[in-house]
Amino acid sequence: MKAILTLDNLASSLVTTIWTPVFVAIFLAIITYAFWPRNKAAFDEAARLPLREE
Amino acid sequence: MVFGSVFFQRESAMPQLSISKSMTSGESGLAALFAVTAFLCVIAAAKALDAPFAFHASLGALASIAAVFFIINNYYDRPAALPAQEINGRPNYNMGPIKFSSFMAMFWGIAGFLVGLIIASQLAWPVLNFDLPWIQFGRLRPLHTSAVIFAFGGNVLLATSFYVVQKSCHVRLAGYLAPWFVVVGYNFFILIAGTGYLLGVTQSKEYAEPEWYADLWLTIVWVTYLLVFLVTIIKRKEPHIFVANWFYLAFIVTIAVLHLGNNPALPVSFLGSKSYIAWGGIQDAMFQWWYGHNAVGFFLTAGFLAIMYYFIPKRAERPIYSYRLSIIHFWALIFLYIWAGPHHLHYTALPDWTQTLGMTFSIMLWMPSWGGMINGLMTLSGAWDKLRTDPVLRMLVVSVAFYGMSTFEGPMMSIKVVNSLSHYTDWTIGHVHSGALGWVGFVSFGALYCLVPWAWNRKGLYSLKLVNWHFWIATLGIVLYISAMWVSGILQGLMWRAYTSLGFLEYSFIETVEAMHPFYVIRAAGGALFLIGALIMAYNLWMTVRVGEQEVQMPVALQPAE
Repeated sequence: MKAILTLDNLASSLVTTIWTPVFVAIFLAIITYAFWPRNKAAFDEAARLPLREE
Repeated sequence: MVFGSVFFQRESAMPQLSISKSMTSGESGLAALFAVTAFLCVIAAAKALDAPFAFHASLGALASIAAVFFIINNYYDRPAALPAQEINGRPNYNMGPIKFSSFMAMFWGIAGFLVGLIIASQLAWPVLNFDLPWIQFGRLRPLHTSAVIFAFGGNVLLATSFYVVQKSCHVRLAGYLAPWFVVVGYNFFILIAGTGYLLGVTQSKEYAEPEWYADLWLTIVWVTYLLVFLVTIIKRKEPHIFVANWFYLAFIVTIAVLHLGNNPALPVSFLGSKSYIAWGGIQDAMFQWWYGHNAVGFFLTAGFLAIMYYFIPKRAERPIYSYRLSIIHFWALIFLYIWAGPHHLHYTALPDWTQTLGMTFSIMLWMPSWGGMINGLMTLSGAWDKLRTDPVLRMLVVSVAFYGMSTFEGPMMSIKVVNSLSHYTDWTIGHVHSGALGWVGFVSFGALYCLVPWAWNRKGLYSLKLVNWHFWIATLGIVLYISAMWVSGILQGLMWRAYTSLGFLEYSFIETVEAMHPFYVIRAAGGALFLIGALIMAYNLWMTVRVGEQEVQMPVALQPAE
């Protein structure tokens, strides 16, 4: 059965489809944040967090 | 009381003599609430429509009265000021609830492994059902799964999360009674769930068997858990939120969402145990496996990965191999896992595209799983020699290897053609147990071996030699278990699909059952070895607490600068 293009269908398919690029964008932003050169020192410090305890 | 003194230590309070003693709003409020609950439970017990409900309402009444007594008694015993947040500039860590959960984890672990051994033996020798309804396979099986996953695993997660969040935030756990409410309340949920199974109370959803009233209670406890954890993070002294806390938080939040999504039910009566789930047909099935697979993903994976990211660096005395990888590992896992559930419903009434979606996301999960495994293993770089001398670290590392193995196997089994052979066979059971015994079991054992000396302030374990024995006996048990189930499962799958030249099924069902018998015996032997290992562990931990040497606290002045 072919889907009929109505305003409702269009709206709902837009709403459901939009999440794919949104999630991909968020994930790419996270990867960028993780690999951002200036964050390296802070992450290296964080990797030692369990070792420096009181 | 010897038992009580294991958990409770008089906590030193702020030396302010001028404070006049009064109940906190938490103490008076909770005591009043439990008094009302006790009253309602007595009425429910008296008017109950079925015996198990009357029994559970009575348990609820007794527990509520005990809670009121405990709160008031504790109020009269405690100093006027609540335990200090800091002593001499160092956080005054709250170890009581951690000790309680560690103890309960060991208790439920042994109970759960024992019930597992009983049902494994029942499958090999059905006469062991003894024709008694309470101990037949159908009732003991959910008792086994809940006891090992939610009771053993859950208490390990409660204990380690409360420990890690305090230590990595450099702050005392939030709340005074709240952490105790969480750990005791959670174990009361386990008690209601477990006794319910034996009495035949179940809503027949796998890993979500407890009925509506137990579900409601768990919701209250779990929200409190989330609040205690969140508030501790919010008031942290360490600016960075350590990656293990992200994993714990994902575990707590997602379990709340899954629990609410899968369990909406309408009780037949508010005075009886039976209820009906709101979802129907394939929607119910999809909700169930969305829940079921994410219980694997967020309870048995995310929560225990948090343990990996804290306890392995700590024990190996090495930093995390790549903190960047841990961030990507976390978010990739979160984005992908939630979609993998439909692979439990291949070749069912579930739409084909949904099955393919579930399969695709399951295969993509290879990447974060192996990324995480590599991160855990490589944390040992520069410290590999410790594997030779430290059996606790060896246990932790082997658990990560099992994690890699079972997360390789899982995506493979989610591929539809592979699933057509493996599904409904013992291969699934083998897969689950390589993850459950090898990954979750070993990482929990390793964490408890670290945690018990730390929480009870002991110099070290009673005996590393016994840890070594535990390691090898349990490893042998796992190997016997999973190899028996692989052979049995593939044999079973192949026999089911064998046709004669005339197109008839070659084997009757009972013939396939008969063929399983030797493997069921081997499996039970493997389970027995795993249980023996856990008993050795319990003895070792008990002796650590009872006769272990006290760690001498270093004077503050000698602390190295940070």
